[in-house]
Amino acid sequence: MSEEALVNLTIDDKKISVPQGTTILNAALQNGIKIPHLCYHVKTGQASLCRVCVVEVEGMAGLQTACSVLAKKDMVVHATTERTLAVRRMIVELLLSNGHHNCIACERNGNCELQDAAYMLGIETPSYPIYDKKMPLDESSPGIVYDPNKCIQCFRCIKGCNNVVFNRVLEMGWRSNHSVVICDDDMPMGESTCVQCGECVQLCPVGALTEKLAIGKGRSYEMKTVQTTCPYCGVGCQMELHVKDNEIVRVYGVEGDTDNEGSLCVKGRFGLDFVSSPNRLTKPLLRKNGKLEEVSWDEALDFTASKLLEIKNEYGSGAIAGLTSAKCTNEENYIFQKFMRAVIKTNNVDHCARL
Amino acid sequence: MAGLAATLGSGAMTNSMREFKDSDMFFIVGSNTTENHPVIGYYVKQALAKGAKLIVADPRRIDLVDDATYWLQQRNGTDIALINGMMNVIISEGLEDKEYIQNRTENYEAFKENVLKYDLKKVEKITGVPADLIRKAAIEYAKADKAALLYCMGITQHITGTNNVKSLVNLQLLTGNIGKYGAGINPLRGQSNVQGACDMGGLVNVFPAYQPVTNPDVRKKFEELWGVENLDDKIGLTVVEMFNAADEGKVKAIYIMGENPVLSDPNSNHITHAIENLDLFIVQDIMLTETAQLATVVFPAPSFAEKDGTVSNTSRRVQRVRKAIDPPGEVRQDYDITHELAKRMGYPNLSPGTPEQIFEEIRKCTPSYAGITYKRLENGGVQWPCPNEDHPGTAILHKEKFVRGLALFSVCEHLEPAELPDKEYPFILSTGRILYQFHTSSMSGNSQVLNEKAPENYIEIHPKDATRLNIKGGEFVKVRSRRGELTVKALISNRPFKGGVFLPWHYADSAANLLTIDALDPIAKIPEYKVAAVAIEKI
Repeated sequence: MSEEALVNLTIDDKKISVPQGTTILNAALQNGIKIPHLCYHVKTGQASLCRVCVVEVEGMAGLQTACSVLAKKDMVVHATTERTLAVRRMIVELLLSNGHHNCIACERNGNCELQDAAYMLGIETPSYPIYDKKMPLDESSPGIVYDPNKCIQCFRCIKGCNNVVFNRVLEMGWRSNHSVVICDDDMPMGESTCVQCGECVQLCPVGALTEKLAIGKGRSYEMKTVQTTCPYCGVGCQMELHVKDNEIVRVYGVEGDTDNEGSLCVKGRFGLDFVSSPNRLTKPLLRKNGKLEEVSWDEALDFTASKLLEIKNEYGSGAIAGLTSAKCTNEENYIFQKFMRAVIKTNNVDHCARL
Repeated sequence: MAGLAATLGSGAMTNSMREFKDSDMFFIVGSNTTENHPVIGYYVKQALAKGAKLIVADPRRIDLVDDATYWLQQRNGTDIALINGMMNVIISEGLEDKEYIQNRTENYEAFKENVLKYDLKKVEKITGVPADLIRKAAIEYAKADKAALLYCMGITQHITGTNNVKSLVNLQLLTGNIGKYGAGINPLRGQSNVQGACDMGGLVNVFPAYQPVTNPDVRKKFEELWGVENLDDKIGLTVVEMFNAADEGKVKAIYIMGENPVLSDPNSNHITHAIENLDLFIVQDIMLTETAQLATVVFPAPSFAEKDGTVSNTSRRVQRVRKAIDPPGEVRQDYDITHELAKRMGYPNLSPGTPEQIFEEIRKCTPSYAGITYKRLENGGVQWPCPNEDHPGTAILHKEKFVRGLALFSVCEHLEPAELPDKEYPFILSTGRILYQFHTSSMSGNSQVLNEKAPENYIEIHPKDATRLNIKGGEFVKVRSRRGELTVKALISNRPFKGGVFLPWHYADSAANLLTIDALDPIAKIPEYKVAAVAIEKI
């Protein structure tokens, strides 16, 4: 973006400049001015549904949604005023009173945008009577649970499913207070065409869509997060592992400037529990009398090294071959081929790129 | 990769995957993108939503066919004829990129002469694709501004694999689509670090960064770096060849790190037999795979979540892997195990230490990685080539100039697959992957969600064939080839063509590679997994 494409404006007495085409919301967020917002997400774009992001703009009548109005030259915005705060409070209180927004046992406690908005606005309990919809949960799919009682109908999941990953499964069904996110023509998720990529789970601002296998395994603030690369295909999705008690509890795609822009597929998001499988090998094994038996590292290594030397001396280096791995790191592959070439003295080293 | 390296000078995806969001046209051939590289599938569909066009060439009705502008359903193993036919149209209509051909390529005349032999009447006869459909698709493809070509194992896993790739290069050169944003020739790599394993010299003919083992200067450089003498100057045995040599008693020991050839290699009965013939069989893995069960010695290895290091994705982006959990039991790091073996064999300095220290040694001998450091990778991945620390990395290859200088047009002739259906084995079998499982399923098969979605194997059979053989969906059928047989559930589906069957190869209890043929492409030595003749019997 070139210099002349910048616009200068004022938000809450702070003079800022942003590239042309930036919304007031993003201009504020990029400059450290907090405006709560529930339906806007960078991947699904503006929605102007929740209206929690309302601001006052000088010269414009009524309140404006910051997520949909573009920053203009010399614009003066008042984001935090008595009027905007009162409206935001009312909206958040209405959302909290509609459905089942009890944080105590919610999987998203500590990682919930509605909870954050309520905290920011100082709401402990809503002033309106709570309408508990008592709608049934959809637990029919292997990876995802949908709780319509926690849904705030922000449409992020629907937009993600239809406009980001194009699985075209989710839609808003029924009317008004009965509105609920449905799969296909109102099928249980487990019987629908949903492929469990989990884009919707990551986009959900509240606890309406959560990871089934993570239930009860820890609160978000107890997790250690580690950024790494997915072990499956060659796309190399960047992922954030949420770890507690030496177990991967949930997986988020890393949003922003990554090759996957926060998206994952079913394997990356829900297929990493193999690392904790009881089938993992834990000790070296050596074949004795036809059977593989657990042995010490020293025994396994000594046996193997002496046998390799014996074969090399008797039959030559060409009688030994190795397969390195497309699932191992560059460092491991480098060391393996160096071993075959420098120690065994053979170029008989290949891997499964051909398969 | 051999096809790309010979014609362009570099065997890697030319463009970056996020560019596909802005492409105007796609030609997707031999890649079931939405199942095997789902995130790239998202980008293709995002472009289609903005108005891009899509040509799918695949014998099987993959999901992307629903979104395609043109579906060219070629007979298995006739890709060269199909591409030649498309190029024949482009040249005959005068739609080739003349300036690009003039300035950036060579061998055009010989190529053109050959392509002109492939008139659409002949091509329709070979491929089974209607001439008119080929003509329309070719014209629309040539007229597109940014046309991206994506391919995968459906192209390479043929005895003509190398020439298949060269044909695709021809098409992209003819239309001026290499070295351009949103276009390019893009092999989609199937595993997290196939690219890196190749870059690091996990190949029989090259050291790291594709430096040939047959070049004495290159050998001298590595002899000095590694402190050894007399490095092997001969090209080694590839994966299928080393098992053949074991079968013949010429190879006595095989050391495998993280691979499962008993399930992944063609003609598994033959592989198993070869392994039994070895004096020493070493397997290093996270699970006791079908291959590890046959080992003399098994070393327990860490999973991706238990190690530090780097991997290189299909867009040549080098990215960090970071340790998140402690490995179980007595598991040791892979590089450490190999280092300990070397130490006991009288070579004490195989590994310089930590993964970062190993990476520093890699930088010294791998010019394309020289500018990448662990510190830089903290701010996101870097795409090679990256020759120095000030270099930003390379998003698009061959932009101003091909790595080779001028790109090479190739003369490619159609060749029938090694094994065609006959009376005894009347069906064409293709093997491949599905969304919910991965490779030999040593990872995905131990995942709760994935197994719930795809618990067991199946063979896709066309409804007309099923009716003729009186097979109902869900029934077990016997599948036989000249090499082996198995039983598997039938899935009646419109995805295969009539006379074709598709079998996922992830499952050990009905292992597809009992059936496949070990016929190889003579250059790349890739087996022909996409065409084998089989018989289907009701049980």
